[in-house]
Amino acid sequence: MKHLLSTRDLTTDDIVSILAMADHMAEINSRAVPKVPALRGRTVASVFFEDSTRTRLSFETAATRLSAEVMTFTASSSSVNKGESLRDTIETLSAMGVDAFVVRHKSSGAPHQITKWTDAAVINAGDGWHQHPTQALLDAYTITRNFNELNSMQGRTVAIVGDIKHSRVARSDIDVFTRLGAKVVLVAPAAFLPTSLDGWGVTTADSLDDVIGLVDVVYMLRIQRERMDAAQMPSLREYSTLFALTPERAARMQSHALLLHPGPINRGVEMIVDPSLVPGSRILQQVTNGISVRMAVLFSLLGGDATTTLQNGAET
Amino acid sequence: MSSKNQSIVIRGATVVNPEVMFVADVRIADGVIEAVGDALTGDIVLDATGCYVSSGFVDLHTHLREPGKEEAETIESGSRAAVLGGFTAVVAMPNTDPAQDNVATVQFVRDRGRAVGLCEVIPSGCITVGRLGAQLVPFEQLAKEGVTLFTDDGTGVQDALVMQRALMVAKRLNLTISQHCEVASMTVGAVMHDGACCSTMGVPGWPSAAEEEMVRRDIQLVRITGAREHFMHLSTKGSVELVRAAKAEGLPVTAEVTPHHISLTDELLSSFDPIFKVNPPLRTMADITALRDGLADGTIDAIATDHAPHAGHTKEQTLDTAPPGMLGLETALGVVNTAVTLSPQKIAALMSWNPAVIANISDHQGRPIAVGEPAHIAVWDTTTVWSVSRDELASRSTNTPYHGMELRGRVRHTIYNGQLVVQEGKALA
Repeated sequence: MKHLLSTRDLTTDDIVSILAMADHMAEINSRAVPKVPALRGRTVASVFFEDSTRTRLSFETAATRLSAEVMTFTASSSSVNKGESLRDTIETLSAMGVDAFVVRHKSSGAPHQITKWTDAAVINAGDGWHQHPTQALLDAYTITRNFNELNSMQGRTVAIVGDIKHSRVARSDIDVFTRLGAKVVLVAPAAFLPTSLDGWGVTTADSLDDVIGLVDVVYMLRIQRERMDAAQMPSLREYSTLFALTPERAARMQSHALLLHPGPINRGVEMIVDPSLVPGSRILQQVTNGISVRMAVLFSLLGGDATTTLQNGAET
Repeated sequence: MSSKNQSIVIRGATVVNPEVMFVADVRIADGVIEAVGDALTGDIVLDATGCYVSSGFVDLHTHLREPGKEEAETIESGSRAAVLGGFTAVVAMPNTDPAQDNVATVQFVRDRGRAVGLCEVIPSGCITVGRLGAQLVPFEQLAKEGVTLFTDDGTGVQDALVMQRALMVAKRLNLTISQHCEVASMTVGAVMHDGACCSTMGVPGWPSAAEEEMVRRDIQLVRITGAREHFMHLSTKGSVELVRAAKAEGLPVTAEVTPHHISLTDELLSSFDPIFKVNPPLRTMADITALRDGLADGTIDAIATDHAPHAGHTKEQTLDTAPPGMLGLETALGVVNTAVTLSPQKIAALMSWNPAVIANISDHQGRPIAVGEPAHIAVWDTTTVWSVSRDELASRSTNTPYHGMELRGRVRHTIYNGQLVVQEGKALA
């Protein structure tokens, strides 16, 4: 595997082995000095054309803990503002010597196109509504480890709630969760579902009340307020009435059920309950796990044949 | 280019005329077909054994980009691409900069076409000023300058009353109104066909209904006004059904389809390569089948290329920001002949005779191969297999979706106004 553009680039075995490697990374992260020389001498460029807090810092932390050099690019303070094209930007950064690009872009498919303009590995850190593969990996990691099942989500049901149509997280999660054996039910108003669900292997529900007491994982997506202003969308009030996680609905979750959210949370929109008061909430654990999973991804792509480096490094 | 004084003999081809096909030599002199018969001689003799000879093709839908986007195409480079594709007349789309909504711009395009002299360049006119959909252009003035077809191509006329008024004017002046069918409110930001691929890829979709709604509305306007209307680049199964029903009702509607809409599907966009982005978008196999059926049963009257050159760097953007459009002139015959099995007469009807009528130029283009007719001629075959290379095209741009693909059927010689402009697949000027 040269790039990670989509969860579809990964076989199910790839997914399982990345999650297993993330366990190893989590052990490193638990140490007093959470750093290994596995990617020493490698350069990772984090190239974010769109705002981000957790994904960017998570990737940069992951790279740093593997001893890679981190080159940081932010579109808002770059020559992109002078009209430099995506191709020229990538070729310029490549010429400085980059082993991997971690790319966030508002346009679906941008990371695919970037692969044409560089020999470096390209990791999709979120593109438009298309894919956010490392989010799905860290979500699968969080769910499987909480349920003490290392390789499978067999028998589990996940409700993904919110704006599926415009969500890269949903597209990646659905692919990974279903391939790991989970049943996925999408809970959304019609305007928030894509035109076609052919081949997605999911079911749908019209309201959160219908499924909240039946599922093992409640996965709340962020609702963008600006989407609610578009004429074809339901009003915020109507949305919250049917689809927001209220204290009453949270109280109906099964005792073992988990609450996940990719962040950032829109309090008062999709999350009316305070997540810190929901016993099953693993929202902050997702963030912690994100570093381990991204270390595993970076190492998988850049570690090359030096698979023993990680072992050796872990001992130092 | 051959001298106008030299006679040309096309030897051994099958003459394709509406009523009959037969093997004969064709001699051209002084800009007209001078003789059709056996063992003719002349100054230039073109071997055309195994080929068909028909009137030159007529493209109802060509973007020549001049004035305004000469980095993508010029009237000269586009004319050369046209004759290499066997076209002896092209209707130049009006979305230039400035737009072809005024006499000066229309004159410029017409005169530049004449100066280049490779094929007939017929400027179309906008329906509304600036293609903004509000105020009608001066139809009568533009018609006097040779404009025979009016369209706001690139956008559809959204306002039903404006469209109705345009049809009424066109009826009085015997002009063609050509509609780009797209309800704009349903396609904001749209990148590709709104279906399974689009849903997986997470890009804004262009629903079939956005085309069909305007076809449906315009058929009603034709019913009210009695005017003729031509539907451009139909792309959906539903549109074909609507036009078929309108024709059965006896309404004066015509329709075109592009080579790409009968040969390529939306699945190609899965690579996120903007080379496959076009408006209306590539759709599904079910739509392609319906469009091919529409060609076969006469619901669709013409093949039109929607030749849309774009400078290389503009296609090196993300899929959502890259402009829609693909080259079409030089590959049209090969793509159509590879995608669909059509008789030579059907090919000539779809690519020459019918579009000449729709463009109101059938007094001199799309004529039979007969003594005394103007010599706008294409010599082509349906058997030569060739590989498309974007680097070998005459267009200034390279945005062909067929790069590296093998096509069957090729244009061998083109004669415009009695002059040899393409010989053995090579442009002579």
